[in-house]
Amino acid sequence: MNKPSSGPATNPKTVTSTSSFKLLLALTLTGMFSGLLVVMVYQYTKPLVEQNKREAIEKAIFKVIPGATRQRNFLLSVQGLLPAEQKGATGEAIYAGYDDKGQLRGVAIEAAAQGYQDTVRILYGYRASCSCITGIKVLKMAETPGLGDRIASDPAFQKNFIALDASLNTDQQQLAHNIVTVKHGSKTHPWQIDAISGATISSKAVGRMLNLRSQAILPLLNRFIDVLRKGIKP
Amino acid sequence: MTSRSSQAGNPSLELLMRGVWRDNPVFVMVLGMCPVLAVSNSVINALAMGLATLFVLVASGALISMVRHLIPKQVRIATFIVIIATFVTVVDYTIQAISLDLYNALGAFIQLIVVNCIILGQAESFASQNKLLPSIINGLGMGSGFTIALVCIGAVRELLGNGSLLGFDLLGPQFQPWVIMILPPGGFFVLGGWLLLFAWLRERKGEVRIISGGCGGH
Repeated sequence: MNKPSSGPATNPKTVTSTSSFKLLLALTLTGMFSGLLVVMVYQYTKPLVEQNKREAIEKAIFKVIPGATRQRNFLLSVQGLLPAEQKGATGEAIYAGYDDKGQLRGVAIEAAAQGYQDTVRILYGYRASCSCITGIKVLKMAETPGLGDRIASDPAFQKNFIALDASLNTDQQQLAHNIVTVKHGSKTHPWQIDAISGATISSKAVGRMLNLRSQAILPLLNRFIDVLRKGIKP
Repeated sequence: MTSRSSQAGNPSLELLMRGVWRDNPVFVMVLGMCPVLAVSNSVINALAMGLATLFVLVASGALISMVRHLIPKQVRIATFIVIIATFVTVVDYTIQAISLDLYNALGAFIQLIVVNCIILGQAESFASQNKLLPSIINGLGMGSGFTIALVCIGAVRELLGNGSLLGFDLLGPQFQPWVIMILPPGGFFVLGGWLLLFAWLRERKGEVRIISGGCGGH
């Protein structure tokens, strides 16, 4: 770096002024070219990335609601259950899954809780006709590879969520039984989750988030579930 | 071994093989260790990371070589970094468009290609002093060498740590995975094993080379 500046020392004033202009020009042109290229690539990939994101969430919804082939987004609040596209609608986002005939197959709800390293976010399916949870799909986690991250893949653990009991008590205000994670191999009730041996903290996080979220949202959801039952046109 | 036989022959091939074998960025120069250790826990991650780096190496090398006479010495590092960052951003968007799962698996390491010292090192020591074609070939060689090394490490880690290769179950359900292999310490073990193997191969050939230390900073 020192070499070129020490070279032409005959007229330092002119050298500095020309070279500053050159430096500026080189950096400006590089910056302009880079900006142009990045914007072009961004424009080109934007629809593809958005489609990927949409497909990912759709895939997750169809996984946690067995039999669903189409979905519609709603916002749930104490005022009621409104389609997400309706103006002025607020509340918690829930996804309703319908089959080919337009019949309601279930509802997908997001839940989150602190896992072993970071927040674990999942999507879970709920079917009102059996008052049960029908599947979970991990959306985001940073659990230990090979141990905690088995909450997403372990087949025995996933079996917990084929029909996990989430029925409400008689006054419809809260769950009849708390959803709890129990030690591996000691599941005796339909509202219990059999933990993965060696991944207790992650398994418990799933149980905790399902319980908290269901306690908060299912009583409200059941009040307005008829809105969803009307279905969508096939 | 290939480089020796081709040394007298095609200079382009020799240049290519230099990156792949003689000066392999991972196994010989021990550069860019951060992504090597972090994303080599499965073959697909290793391959994607290697190809992303290959693309950035070739594209930035080509562009830097083309404009090498226009860039004043004083701002060359800044210009190189802007050019490299541009191509890294291109790769970042492209991977998002190809597969979100892959993008999530690679995490921040795609963006961190910017500070991978193989790339800036190649820009400064080769592309800024050579013509377009040799720069592209050198980038291809270095990038392939990096990819091959990552896949070598990734294959061992995935096979032992998960019992599979490229997601296909190879060792059957009765295989108890060595979980440590896909955890960070496994990366060090496997990298150490490969370095040992290459050092032994070189020693057997009687070829003594000074291994340069990796650069710090990331």
